[in-house]
Amino acid sequence: MADGKAKSGLLLDIRNLRIEATVYPPGEAPKTITLVHDVSLTLEKGKVLGLIGESGAGKSTIGLSSMGYGRGGVRITGGEVILNGRDILKGGKEGFRKLRGREVCYVAQSAAAAFNPAHRLMDQVVEASLLHGTATRAEAEKRAVALFKKLSLPNPEIIGERFPHQVSGGQLQRVMTAMALCSEPDLIVFDEPTTALDVTTQIDVLAAIKDAIRDTHVAALYITHDLAVVAQVSDEIMVLRHGRLVEWGGTRQIIKEPRQEYTNALVSVHEIEHREQQPGTTPMLSVKNVTAAYGGGHVKVLKNVSVDIFPGQTLAVVGESGSGKSTLARAITGLLPPEQGSVVFDGRTLGNKLSDRPKEDLRQLQMIYQMADVAMNPRQTVGTIIGRPLEFYFGMKGRERDKRVNELLDEIEMGKGFIDRYPAELSGGQKQRVCIARSLAAKPKLIICDEVTSALDPLVANGILKLLLNLQQVEKVAYLFITHDLATVKSIADSIAVMYRGEVVRYGSKSKVLTPPFDAYTDLLLSSVPEMEIGWLEKAIAGRRMESAGN
Amino acid sequence: MLDIRRIPIASLIGIVLTSLFVLMAVFAPLIAPYGNAEIVSETPWDVMSSAHWLGTDNLGRDLLSRMIYGARITLFIAVLATALSFSLGAILGFSAAVFGGWYDTILSRLVDLLMSIPTLIMGLVVLSVLPSNLVTLILVMGILDSTRVYRLSRAVAVDINVMDYVEAAKLRGEGSGWIIFREILPNALSPLVSELGLRFIYAVLFLSTLSFLGLGVQPPDADWGGMVKENKDGIVFGIPAALIPAAAIAALAISVNLVADWVLNRTTSLKGGRG
Repeated sequence: MADGKAKSGLLLDIRNLRIEATVYPPGEAPKTITLVHDVSLTLEKGKVLGLIGESGAGKSTIGLSSMGYGRGGVRITGGEVILNGRDILKGGKEGFRKLRGREVCYVAQSAAAAFNPAHRLMDQVVEASLLHGTATRAEAEKRAVALFKKLSLPNPEIIGERFPHQVSGGQLQRVMTAMALCSEPDLIVFDEPTTALDVTTQIDVLAAIKDAIRDTHVAALYITHDLAVVAQVSDEIMVLRHGRLVEWGGTRQIIKEPRQEYTNALVSVHEIEHREQQPGTTPMLSVKNVTAAYGGGHVKVLKNVSVDIFPGQTLAVVGESGSGKSTLARAITGLLPPEQGSVVFDGRTLGNKLSDRPKEDLRQLQMIYQMADVAMNPRQTVGTIIGRPLEFYFGMKGRERDKRVNELLDEIEMGKGFIDRYPAELSGGQKQRVCIARSLAAKPKLIICDEVTSALDPLVANGILKLLLNLQQVEKVAYLFITHDLATVKSIADSIAVMYRGEVVRYGSKSKVLTPPFDAYTDLLLSSVPEMEIGWLEKAIAGRRMESAGN
Repeated sequence: MLDIRRIPIASLIGIVLTSLFVLMAVFAPLIAPYGNAEIVSETPWDVMSSAHWLGTDNLGRDLLSRMIYGARITLFIAVLATALSFSLGAILGFSAAVFGGWYDTILSRLVDLLMSIPTLIMGLVVLSVLPSNLVTLILVMGILDSTRVYRLSRAVAVDINVMDYVEAAKLRGEGSGWIIFREILPNALSPLVSELGLRFIYAVLFLSTLSFLGLGVQPPDADWGGMVKENKDGIVFGIPAALIPAAAIAALAISVNLVADWVLNRTTSLKGGRG
């Protein structure tokens, strides 16, 4: 492997890569579909290449091909993958075994799912080095501790003694990066390493990864759908769509002067114009000093929370995981009766428990969930899902109901032909649209949107946000928008409540909340949102006033 | 739509055999060459001949006719007992999962109590006290079996009950009826159908056991299990009369489960079985 490196700085050279998979549609003959169409790329030693695109773009598939791996029956059917001067696809099983974990390492999206819960972290971190015989246990553990330090993990000497469930998600992601670096590979494949994390945690992990790459001179493929994130760590960016190359260039060129229309759409994805509405005189829904707890009062999740929502406006509730924002939604809907305080809707106090509320109150208050897949009964058709609230609240039947369902489908910009489909036959964005239609069918005054876009690709999420804003204009419905994504908040909110550990730390109209001076937590949240700007990461880290909760 | 060519061979065999058994049971008086209790031969356990295709039984009755009438009784009791155990077990199990609390605790402990007594002993005790007729037989078999169905459906429904779509239905204000029958039942169908195939056969076997012990179907009627008992002594003399009803039970067991597996394949599809 030394001669390949000596000749040039080229580490990885993928030529005309073609990847196929066989799908088995029920009742039809198996078909072969092509996932990656003749993609070529090169990567020099010590450089970082970002692979970006929406789901199904083939970015993970290409990333994994650099270690000769095809996930879930995927086959590499054409092209060459030249690593350190030799085509690894010709090496066979034995060749792969020598290569994986030694020359190429992999960092998975969900570290929590990728670690074996039955083994201590240290054993898993040093496993690859021991297996390949590149280090003795003592050496490898020393190296691991040094890496833990470099990745600024707390208690680097003893964190390896813990089990995966004993450290937080952000820490686990960093341990996994240490695991990849421990066997001193030439190339690391990062597969969406920060997508599952909160913004405040993401920034720490991102900074740790970037420092580690710089100090160890390892090359990396960084896979993500977030252009702002990839702009911070990579030297070059490759935009992919439907398994084909769209654009490939330096980071600055891609984000400042995109040449392709699709890249441009990705770059400008968050720009939605929304003029802030002034709060009216009487709020439609007031949450008054609500305190709520799980486990019979032992774990207080909401502490004395008060917010108001005005008719036809949007209140965004922001905070990281565990801040109590979803619990607030549960308290308002009556799923979790508050211990103290009350919820006043349209001048009347709502029953604490769900069973105490009349049907009319339930109709006025609808909810949209984060995971559209599990929010719809997989065995009901779209017609039943949207039609049921019509039947239930308005007694519509037969043709009248179907007509209204079709109108609603038009409103959510889904044409005819969907009424008889099952949720499994819809895409992620379409599923969320159907959920929106279901809540609209009840003609509510308030819709609670619980992280409705966080499971979606940026472009699809953008479409959903635009749709929600249009519907607000037409239907005059108010939203309580729960999110951890501040870019979303900027696009749609009229007023904002920032939550931290069960308390509202900042509350007011959007312009007021987003205007300095900030309190420490709001500042941390705001400064943690990745911006599409080179060098933002360093600036953000330097300017922080408090540690994120993940540490 | 249902396309016969797309049904796998194994399922097709199961469907054909099961329908044959059902047709035999429905049209028994038309098909059977002799009466059920009619003694047609002087010699017991007469050999197979053109007059008596399967020979005669221990009393010289035509075995083929007995088998055909036996199919009627066996299927009738087993189907009704299974239907009872499933409707009772599934509805109580689902409602226990949905309502929870005291309702669930009391029901579950009662079921535990029933299950702690061996089914056969329980059946023997109850049936020897109650008048021996078809209604009591079906009721006893159905209720005893429903405890197993209860446990299964409660376990399945507890998992489904915490899904977001059930929460969405509760937020909409739906009553328990809709939640149990429209949200939970369709999603619990797969484990229930696979259990159904198994439970139906257990019902046939349980009925055979009861008849074998003399507490099931009363003479001169007999289900297949009872016929095994009547003819068991013949085995010693090398007479296969007892093996024929036994083979019929086995064939029924296999064919019903082939059908259940096929239905299972279709209920697991999330695309309405048409994709």
